[in-house]
Amino acid sequence: MRSLKSFINSCWRTLFGDTIRAFGTVSLLLLLALAIAPAKNHFSEWRHYQNQYLHMIRNRGDANTLQRHFRGGIQQTWLPELGVVDRCASCHTGVGEPSLADVSTQPFRRHPVIPHSLTEFGCVICHRGQGAAVTAGDAHNSKLAGEEPLLPARFMEASCGQCHHVALTGTPKLNQGRYLLSRYGCVRCHTVKAPDGTRATAADVPPSLIHIADKTTREWIYAWLKDPSAYAASSTMPNFQLSDADARDISAFLIANSKSQPGDSLEETAGPAPDPAAAASLYGESFCASCHAVQNAAGNLVGGDLGPELTRIGNKAKPQWLMAWLKDPRSYDPNTPMPHYQWSDAQLKLLAGFLQAKSDPDLLTNVHLDSATAPQIAHGKALVTEYGCAACHEISGIRKPVNFAPELSRIGSKPVAQLVFTSGMPHTLPDYLAGKILKPRSFGAGLRMPQFNFSQAQAEALTTALLSLTERSYTLPPRLQVASIPESSYRPAGRAGKLMDEFACLSCHRINGRGGDMAPDLSWEGSSVQRAWLDDFLKNPNTLRPALIRRMPKFNISDKDRAELTDYILTVYQTASIDRDALPSSGYPADLVEHGKQIFYSKYSCQACHILVSGQDKGYIGPTLSQVGARLNAAWIYQWLKNPQSLRPGTMEPNWDMSDEDAHALTAFLMMQKTAASQEAKP
Amino acid sequence: MKRIAWIVVAMIIFACIGCRQKAVPPGVTHPTASGAALVETSGGKQVGTVGTALPQPIVIQVNDGQGNAVAGAMVKFRGPGGVHFDPIEGVSDSSGQFTTNVSLGGVAGRYQILVSSRDKSEREITLKLDEIATGYQQQLGYQLDQNYCSRCHSSESSPERVSNHDNLEVKPHEFTDGDTLNKMSDADLLAIISHGGPSLNRSPLMPPYGSTLSKAEIQALIAYIRVISDPPYKAAGVVYTQQ
Repeated sequence: MRSLKSFINSCWRTLFGDTIRAFGTVSLLLLLALAIAPAKNHFSEWRHYQNQYLHMIRNRGDANTLQRHFRGGIQQTWLPELGVVDRCASCHTGVGEPSLADVSTQPFRRHPVIPHSLTEFGCVICHRGQGAAVTAGDAHNSKLAGEEPLLPARFMEASCGQCHHVALTGTPKLNQGRYLLSRYGCVRCHTVKAPDGTRATAADVPPSLIHIADKTTREWIYAWLKDPSAYAASSTMPNFQLSDADARDISAFLIANSKSQPGDSLEETAGPAPDPAAAASLYGESFCASCHAVQNAAGNLVGGDLGPELTRIGNKAKPQWLMAWLKDPRSYDPNTPMPHYQWSDAQLKLLAGFLQAKSDPDLLTNVHLDSATAPQIAHGKALVTEYGCAACHEISGIRKPVNFAPELSRIGSKPVAQLVFTSGMPHTLPDYLAGKILKPRSFGAGLRMPQFNFSQAQAEALTTALLSLTERSYTLPPRLQVASIPESSYRPAGRAGKLMDEFACLSCHRINGRGGDMAPDLSWEGSSVQRAWLDDFLKNPNTLRPALIRRMPKFNISDKDRAELTDYILTVYQTASIDRDALPSSGYPADLVEHGKQIFYSKYSCQACHILVSGQDKGYIGPTLSQVGARLNAAWIYQWLKNPQSLRPGTMEPNWDMSDEDAHALTAFLMMQKTAASQEAKP
Repeated sequence: MKRIAWIVVAMIIFACIGCRQKAVPPGVTHPTASGAALVETSGGKQVGTVGTALPQPIVIQVNDGQGNAVAGAMVKFRGPGGVHFDPIEGVSDSSGQFTTNVSLGGVAGRYQILVSSRDKSEREITLKLDEIATGYQQQLGYQLDQNYCSRCHSSESSPERVSNHDNLEVKPHEFTDGDTLNKMSDADLLAIISHGGPSLNRSPLMPPYGSTLSKAEIQALIAYIRVISDPPYKAAGVVYTQQ
């Protein structure tokens, strides 16, 4: 014990000499240690930025205002309900100052205009990063487990998608990404759910393969499986990068598995169209191009994408099948969006011959398949199960796989530590997602996700949509969630409903929340139009808008069916806000009509967008009004003039805040426009 | 012991030599020629989204004094903060051209991009290009323009969307027409969009959209019109007090 004491004493002496000096040195050290904390605070990064900010605003004309708004020290936004603790404004001092619009240096830039207030939502909900950190490095680029870095500006729309599950006008990239997710059938294999449990649904129409052998040949299936884009540039079918043997076996299985069905083929086939010009004009006037695209000589696709591309349809469709399909598509596929055109036999032959001639002689020249053996067919079946073909296509004997691919409902919050990157790829979640979308098979051997043909911009849009699927959207209060509007399950009823299925009205028109968006919504058509006009239009659809290239085709409807449809539309598709008989269809006093004409041409200048007298007015935007008095109900016109958006949300016609008198006079004038000859007089 | 010390010293020397070697970015070859002028082939004045690659690459041609293309001349790009070039420099190809992809920074507005090269006497020759980035507000304005305005305000016509511009007796101004629109204040634009042409004694063919669009939407449209105007719109500047 004594020896220890003497050892310490000797150390003490060796270090400091005597006790007084020792006391002084230790006190100094203690003081220094006490000064560390205040010094760290004094030299902190945020204080440096605040001093810089004060220096910057000193000489500005608006210095007084800015000075008054300035608060020193750590600035914190605490929103317990949203789980936000943000100290970003400690450095980003001018973020809420509208007058700093000219400042472009960070961190003093003001926040650009957005629809939400910064104090209500904080920063990290949109920008991610670590809000509680007080150094730029920790706040922006944290790579620690469980912490996420800032979201790059180009994916910022993803943050809107955490709450807004409906398409917003201001988020085109997010909207496109979500559209691609459903259009390319991503959601058929990957489950994507919103926080309220609604599942994203696919918008593609993969054909059923139950009767595939009636429709096409094994050689075509082989070529298609090997490279879908060689047959159709616009194909949504991805490339599974199958080996020759695998493609041979799958095609063998699909043909062997197919059940023939009477009615899928017709005995009679079409030869080459005798009159190509007549065939092309039938193709044109049936408006096939509204849904089907064809590659033109320059290699550009011309036409819609609702139906499959027809550039090389002659390589695919068997002639017997094509005739039967054109005659009645519903006998092969009861759920097809293709309407039943009811063409005459001569027209059928003309069109079938025309389509059969659309083929590429080189497409199948190198495909030579020996007849299939039983082991090949069995192997093909195993492959079809392995690649999950039945997730999209109906195949007899193969069950639709459940949870085939990883669920993506929270992919936007996946920690970087859980991701496996390919070499040379930046270690961020957006880069990982874009890589998976563009080159899924490059992440390792044995992966089954197929190769899609996405452009860089499409991949970025898809990445944005995936980044919107975050953990945070589940923890935000449900009152903030703007749910998507699900497609309704509306089906028109009765015999008319059957006819509407037959003509596939809902492929283009929307009714009561279901259907396409190519043509006008018909939910209130019965309140809108007059009976005689509707009957005549169904008989011979002619366009109301001269500049449109997509128009209603002629379905050759019989008189009886037409009467049925007209009755149904007029009685069922009505809105309660319009009383059809509230205003008369004619008999307006001449001075009222004259007044209406005056304001039509002067005060409201309707001729800017509408044609009333053809040859004189040139407005191309709205429908032609030369016979509007024979087409629309007076009560509809009146209501339309008062508030067009109440009848058709998003329509271009502005809400004029029109007085009742003006609306009445214009209605009177427009109701007098019954025949093309009734407006010969010039204004 | 001594041997280890020698090895350590040798390693330090090698490390120093290795660090002094300047890393040459892959793909950049050395210039073999020099031009006299830079000409924009395509890619200027594009409108893109903030932080995103522009839809088209920038293509620059290097010419000599006679206006002939020069192959093998060095071209360098510079831009304000946040602008990325892929690649940022390189030599012109056999047709005298150099192509780069540009992504703009995170702030909406106009970005001036400086392209430079050196002539025979090592003097710098430059070319300035303007690119435009749209943020949330301008992007919304663009969408509204497409929905409500461009059928009349743009003379560009496609089979899908036939322009109504030429049908109108009084021609609407293109939104890029800075000579006219820059003279109108934000309040003027707000008035004419909300209340129609007659509110500013202009053509009644311009209808009022004040009850159709919200005020925020109209402001978004104005922000879009301001950002794409040519010549550029200059907002009233900040006043500085005397030092």
